[in-house]
Amino acid sequence: MSDAMHDFTLTVNGQAYAIRVEARRTLADALREDCGLTGTHLGCEHGVCGACTVLMDGQPVRACLLFAVQAEGRAIRTVEGLAEGGALNPLQRAFAENHALQCGYCTPGFLMLGTAILETDPSISDEALVEALSSNLCRCTGYANIARAIRAAADAMSTEGAT
Amino acid sequence: MDGITPAAGRRILPAGPGKVVGRGVARIEDGPLLRGEGRFAADVNFSRQLHMRVVRAELAHARLLRVDASAARAMPGVVAVWTAEDVAEIPPIPFRATKVRGLEPYCQPVLARDRLRYVGEPVAVVFAEDAYRAEDAAEMVVVEAEELPVLLDATAPPAEFASGLDTEPTVVRKEYGEVGAAFRAAHAVIELELSVGRHSGVPLETRGAIARYDASSDVLELHGTAKKQHWNRDEIARLLGRPPNGVHLFEGHVGGGFGVRGELYPEDLLVCAAALRLRRSIKWIEDRREHFVATNHSREQHHRIRAAVDAEGRLLAIDDVFFHDQGAYVRTHGARVADLAAGMLPGPYRLPAYRVAGHFRLTNKTPAATYRAPGRFETTFVRERLMDAVANRLGLDPVEVRRRNLVAAAEMPFARPLDTLGTDIILDSGDYEGLLDKALARFGWDAMQEELAARRATGECVGAGLAFFVEKSGLGPSDGVRVSIDATGAVELVSGAASVGQGVETVLAQICAEALGVDYARIRVVRGRTDRIEFGNGAHASRVTVMSGSATWEAALAVREMALETAGTLLQLSPSELTIAEGVVCRADGPAGPSVTLAEVARRMGPNAPEMRGRTPGLTAERWFWSDHMVYPYGVHLAQLRIDRGTGAVTVERYLVANDIGRAINPVLVEGQIRGGFAQGLGGALFEEFRYDPQGQPLSTTFADYLIPTIAEMPVVDVLIAEDAPSPLNPLGVKGAGEGGTNAVGAAVAAAVDDALRRPGAVTSLPILPAQVRRMLDGAA
Ligand code: FES
Ligand code: FES
Repeated sequence: MSDAMHDFTLTVNGQAYAIRVEARRTLADALREDCGLTGTHLGCEHGVCGACTVLMDGQPVRACLLFAVQAEGRAIRTVEGLAEGGALNPLQRAFAENHALQCGYCTPGFLMLGTAILETDPSISDEALVEALSSNLCRCTGYANIARAIRAAADAMSTEGAT
Repeated sequence: MDGITPAAGRRILPAGPGKVVGRGVARIEDGPLLRGEGRFAADVNFSRQLHMRVVRAELAHARLLRVDASAARAMPGVVAVWTAEDVAEIPPIPFRATKVRGLEPYCQPVLARDRLRYVGEPVAVVFAEDAYRAEDAAEMVVVEAEELPVLLDATAPPAEFASGLDTEPTVVRKEYGEVGAAFRAAHAVIELELSVGRHSGVPLETRGAIARYDASSDVLELHGTAKKQHWNRDEIARLLGRPPNGVHLFEGHVGGGFGVRGELYPEDLLVCAAALRLRRSIKWIEDRREHFVATNHSREQHHRIRAAVDAEGRLLAIDDVFFHDQGAYVRTHGARVADLAAGMLPGPYRLPAYRVAGHFRLTNKTPAATYRAPGRFETTFVRERLMDAVANRLGLDPVEVRRRNLVAAAEMPFARPLDTLGTDIILDSGDYEGLLDKALARFGWDAMQEELAARRATGECVGAGLAFFVEKSGLGPSDGVRVSIDATGAVELVSGAASVGQGVETVLAQICAEALGVDYARIRVVRGRTDRIEFGNGAHASRVTVMSGSATWEAALAVREMALETAGTLLQLSPSELTIAEGVVCRADGPAGPSVTLAEVARRMGPNAPEMRGRTPGLTAERWFWSDHMVYPYGVHLAQLRIDRGTGAVTVERYLVANDIGRAINPVLVEGQIRGGFAQGLGGALFEEFRYDPQGQPLSTTFADYLIPTIAEMPVVDVLIAEDAPSPLNPLGVKGAGEGGTNAVGAAVAAAVDDALRRPGAVTSLPILPAQVRRMLDGAA
């Protein structure tokens, strides 16, 4: 184990964070402890639950499985970057309107996963949506409202896009 | 007003949807949670905090010989390492009030003293400057121990716990009626042996505890708490030798509770003791592996049940002996889950005679306590398996057998000569058969039977099953709420309740808004803080809406009366001519005419207003609600499923939960509770189980081994919320909705698996795993 510290810049939600961390520091810990972005949660630190899902260059990744140093030079997006000028974005609104959260612990992970889905495949089939969402765990909601919220946001965005 | 007998003129919440009550309005909690601005335990930080890491036992049963912490102490960044000797003055973790005597010697010490009793038991703690260093140092602590034989089966004869004590601290016994005579007179006697696996709540947020000592004011604070702040505060104070007013507990956001969060655990005391002694803030966050071995388990029970029935399939008597696997120590609940199991087993049925003996036994596993629908998930499985067996024995339809035994609406309130949680069981209200009919119709039960028969004819393995349940909620004895309106008209509600993420703030705000005539979304709800209200009984046992909801109603009505009276003087009208709408006091008969805002009224009631001379100032009222009796929600679960003959995998296709909860304050939130509860029930029915190897090593220590359902396992779930039987015991008519979605899943799925296999009684244990189903399929062929 090396205690050598690494100095580099992490780009999160378009903002640069100069951080100094050990090589073994996970991206999740760097976001939470070094950047102060505690919206990204840890549910297992093991790559199974998806609570720590963030986007790296547009792809959903598990922040608990990556080392912070691996994110150098990449564009990271977290839940804190979703609201637009203080207003909830359409996906966040859809979560509230469809009661897609109870305790809210899994919510940032599902929001980031949902963001990736909306950006890459907004007309995703129901089966593919279930398949995609099965990578994250929620212990409170029973999931139906999470899927419904993502579907509602996709519909809202496609109507907006059409007008 | 005693809170039991409705006082003359007490205002009952009128039936039907109100302005905000009874409507699925959006939650007031969601904003910060959606922006990533929540404050969960791990999000709490204090300057110069130390991080605590727990060294845990790696043997299930051993004599502890020596703990060598010298290497760990010498590591950079390590401030202290404690073993049992360092905390010798801290008493073991106590349990809450129980009538059961003699449990004290079985309580858990905060750090293991001379024996290790389960894998995961805290043995030592390391305090270091950062979490990574604390973890490194913990790995350097050497634990020397000599292995002892392990006990992993609660049905095996008890062994020695300590000298003079065996591993059966108590047997919970209840009995009424002529059990022996009933069995002698029976037309048939049905005997079953049934078991339920070891499960737990497994919230997505693990536990956390952050303690800070403020020497300037001599106050110890504990953050990251949940559920039972006031009781925990009093106990922490007592165990650490401080006055309760010098200890305060704070609740931020809680990532799911389900029974396991918010109990007093060794780690809570350790961070508090360290904050006092080391004069630094101490942060501890459990990791997932620790959670699986350190946080309360639940449920594991084995029942040997016998029933005497008459020729029509009516129950004459039940005689049940069960073994409750408590794990290594008695924790904060004492023998409560076994007591609940014994008390609630009869469920919705008439039962002339009953005898139960619950053997409460210790094993070398993680200690157990409550998990959503504690004692009921287990006994609903047992009782409903029994009803299916009665139907099968007498050649009756399973629905018909239940009809013949359900307590009738005309018999309500129905007193059983039984108690549980120290209260007599009086089923307060209900139309059980009415709900059964509604549920069967909604599910299309009869038409479905034909459909299933047609599918079977094509070779599919499909089936359906049902299970009835009775829940309990609204455990007293009391809860208080203070409602205040400040000089700007802002409304604050301070409750002794807590929230574990189920929407408590919104529900209390809705009730308050309904009574007061203000916007619910702008009410600030404060909960889970001992520094804001002197007493509280917390959030568990589906009690918040009943107890704190009723107190909110009373407090808000009291504030309303005060406001109308003051406004009446200002407007020179009688209070009875006035009402409050959108925060403005105006004439009840129309919006025209004089009016005054609540802000103005509050200013007129301030401490410096001449009118308030000699009176306690403020537009504020605190009201308490008391209850001696619980309320009993009830419902029925219906399941339709198919089995893959190749893999033995069970796929639930369609599911209905029908649940009468008296009154739904927010139907959308109630539905959310029921769906989420169902998902947990499904986990217990088909996937989840803590397993151990023969040496007591836990085999389920990651989410890859302890399988909680993902969206892929979820069927289409229909929810029927009934309000046919409002409770007469509170002004809102409510009964709790937290546990009905979970209660009967194991029972209904078991019945449907039997039906698919065409083998009545095939399922005798939960979870129903694919390997067992394959064996049953072979047996059926
Ligand atoms: S915390 Fe990263 S997947 Fe669970
Ligand atoms: S809302 Fe609690 S884990 Fe998903």
